[in-house]
Amino acid sequence: MEATVGSANTIGKLNSEAPVSKATANYKEQAAGKTVGIPFVEHPKMSMRDVQVYYGDKQAIFDVGLDIGKNEVVAMIGPSGCGKSTFLRCLNRMNDTIDICRVEGSLKLEELDIYDPKLDVVPLRARVGMVFQKPNPFPKSIYDNVAYGPRIHGLVSRKSELDEIVETSLRRAGLWEEVKDRLLSPGTGLSGGQQQRLCIARTIAVSPEVILMDEPCSALDPIATAKIEELIAELSANFTIAIVTHSMQQAARVSDRTAYFHLGKLIEVNETEKVFTNPDHELTEAYITGRFG
Amino acid sequence: MSEKLSTIDLVNKNLARRYRREKRFRAYGIASIMFGLLCLVILFADIIGKGHSAFLQTYVRLNVELSAEALGISDINDPSQFVRANYDGVLRNALRERFPEVNKRREKRNLYGIISNGAGYQLRDLLEQNPQLINTRVDIWVLADDDYDTYYKSRSSDGSEAYTGRFSETQIGWIEALIADGVVEKRFNRTFFQAGDSREPEQAGIRGAMMGSLYTLIVTFVLSFPIGVAAAVYLEEYAHKNRFTDFIEVNINNLAAVPSIIFGLLGLAIFINFFSMPRSIPLVGGIVLTLMTLPTIIISSRAAIKAVPPSIREAALGIGASKMQVILHHVLPLAMPGMLTGAIIGMAQALGETAPLLLIGMVAFIVDVPGGITDPSTVLPVQIFLWSDSPERAFVERTSAAIMVLLGFLIVMNTLAVLLRRRLERRW
Repeated sequence: MEATVGSANTIGKLNSEAPVSKATANYKEQAAGKTVGIPFVEHPKMSMRDVQVYYGDKQAIFDVGLDIGKNEVVAMIGPSGCGKSTFLRCLNRMNDTIDICRVEGSLKLEELDIYDPKLDVVPLRARVGMVFQKPNPFPKSIYDNVAYGPRIHGLVSRKSELDEIVETSLRRAGLWEEVKDRLLSPGTGLSGGQQQRLCIARTIAVSPEVILMDEPCSALDPIATAKIEELIAELSANFTIAIVTHSMQQAARVSDRTAYFHLGKLIEVNETEKVFTNPDHELTEAYITGRFG
Repeated sequence: MSEKLSTIDLVNKNLARRYRREKRFRAYGIASIMFGLLCLVILFADIIGKGHSAFLQTYVRLNVELSAEALGISDINDPSQFVRANYDGVLRNALRERFPEVNKRREKRNLYGIISNGAGYQLRDLLEQNPQLINTRVDIWVLADDDYDTYYKSRSSDGSEAYTGRFSETQIGWIEALIADGVVEKRFNRTFFQAGDSREPEQAGIRGAMMGSLYTLIVTFVLSFPIGVAAAVYLEEYAHKNRFTDFIEVNINNLAAVPSIIFGLLGLAIFINFFSMPRSIPLVGGIVLTLMTLPTIIISSRAAIKAVPPSIREAALGIGASKMQVILHHVLPLAMPGMLTGAIIGMAQALGETAPLLLIGMVAFIVDVPGGITDPSTVLPVQIFLWSDSPERAFVERTSAAIMVLLGFLIVMNTLAVLLRRRLERRW
């Protein structure tokens, strides 16, 4: 907690004392070349190499290589359209739903090749869960929302076990106290922030190893956002988390490492504190100081 | 330079005109709705005005001498004697008794025509139930013939000039005499709802056509809904977008625009000629109407599936639901109201469809009420068509009454659909 507060302060400082002298005229040119910083770690949970993503003829991701360590929170930041969401959605093959999308390169969850054509995506997605930008609870009861994953994967054989999973998941998502008396009322009747926490509870109910979060707070007010961020910090004790965010403060508060994407390329990956205090790449600096984005 | 108006003055100046336009715009909508309602009111007023009298039927009370000799029943324990007994004879005797002055052969024949030629069966049913009535004299109410029925109905409703049709003065004299006796009465027309078709209007009923329509629609729904939904699910969820699926889509849309009579020809050629299925049966009718209804159901089901928010799909996929689970657990329940709407529209079309059924023989004159999907039968719109073509005056009101039954059928179906949809939609 202390560390995150520290980072938030440094951002404030950086914004006021931003050096404007650096050349930022042609970002496209600067984006060429290798990723700077520390994209790779030892014993990664997920490891991606030379990832290329195409939408039809258009290439959206260029040569991205990145590791995500066990129980690490990696934030992905960058201007709109930089490919960070696309990259995130490759990690549990959510891009499969888009007909024209093609992924190349090596993407591994531990030893498992994610893009092996023979791989069944169902167990993969049970291991790599996802929370989306807009809260999207099922139009079912709160209980059924959380119980859905364990039910379809056949994780439980008795009602009591299911009850237990639902309660634990809701507790871990910090929602139990608010909804324990109305588990059978519809999940869509909750407030936006509660819905998003319900979605997180639904994801962790199947005990995934990795949770992908695609701008989980962009549709929420600051108080709900704060709650989710707290929750991410707690969850990182048990889960590996990759989070895409538009809010640099959020990246600074919740993540261990931050990856900066620009026009489909991974520009820099570094310890979060370093990215926000002393980035290695000019583009990163330009972005975090708000000169574009 | 003239005085320059400020913005707000300009706005105010134009305000009145803008409001007038708004009002006019709204008035167009109201006028359209009023026009629609007016057409509906005229239609209903006309049909109900013509058809309401068909729900009543004229009966004549006769004092009948049920002598065993005249009937030809010697043993009341022999059922075959009851079948063959001369019921018409005793009824005629009763008529002759009432009008002893009639003695010419031709006149007598006209006299017997006062009562329906189904009256004999009525008497038979009575005697089979109560054989102890034999050799007594009873008052029974028998069906009047349709001409007298029409005369009596038009007479009493107006009080003025009645519809006499082909009647001679003597015939009018008879019926007036009976009316003066107080032995003519209008009762609720149960026959209309219990009998099949008949050449005699007073014995004709809608039940055969109603059951035929019901069986046909059941076959249509059972076939077209699952097939339509399955096709829509495949096209929306599984099929890749390529030339072939475009081709299929274009052809489904084409199919929706094919004249229905062509489906009838197809049914005739394939199901009846090639597969040698029987003519005039609801099974074949249902299959033909399925072909016709499918495009409607597929198109509306696809639209309903498309309208399911992608976020729900993603949510389910994101926690590892398989494609089938996403479809069965999330997409179909959410799309069901829309799909049902499409199905009901299709079924309503099928209910009113006449042309293709004419070609597969459902236009035959069928007296028996069908008991299943393989019994020869006709359907409501075809029955309306048949009756509207009949020369008897009494069929005019029956035609309108049949239209009322058809509309009632439609209203029930649509109400059911709306209720069902509400129920399902509440799960959102």
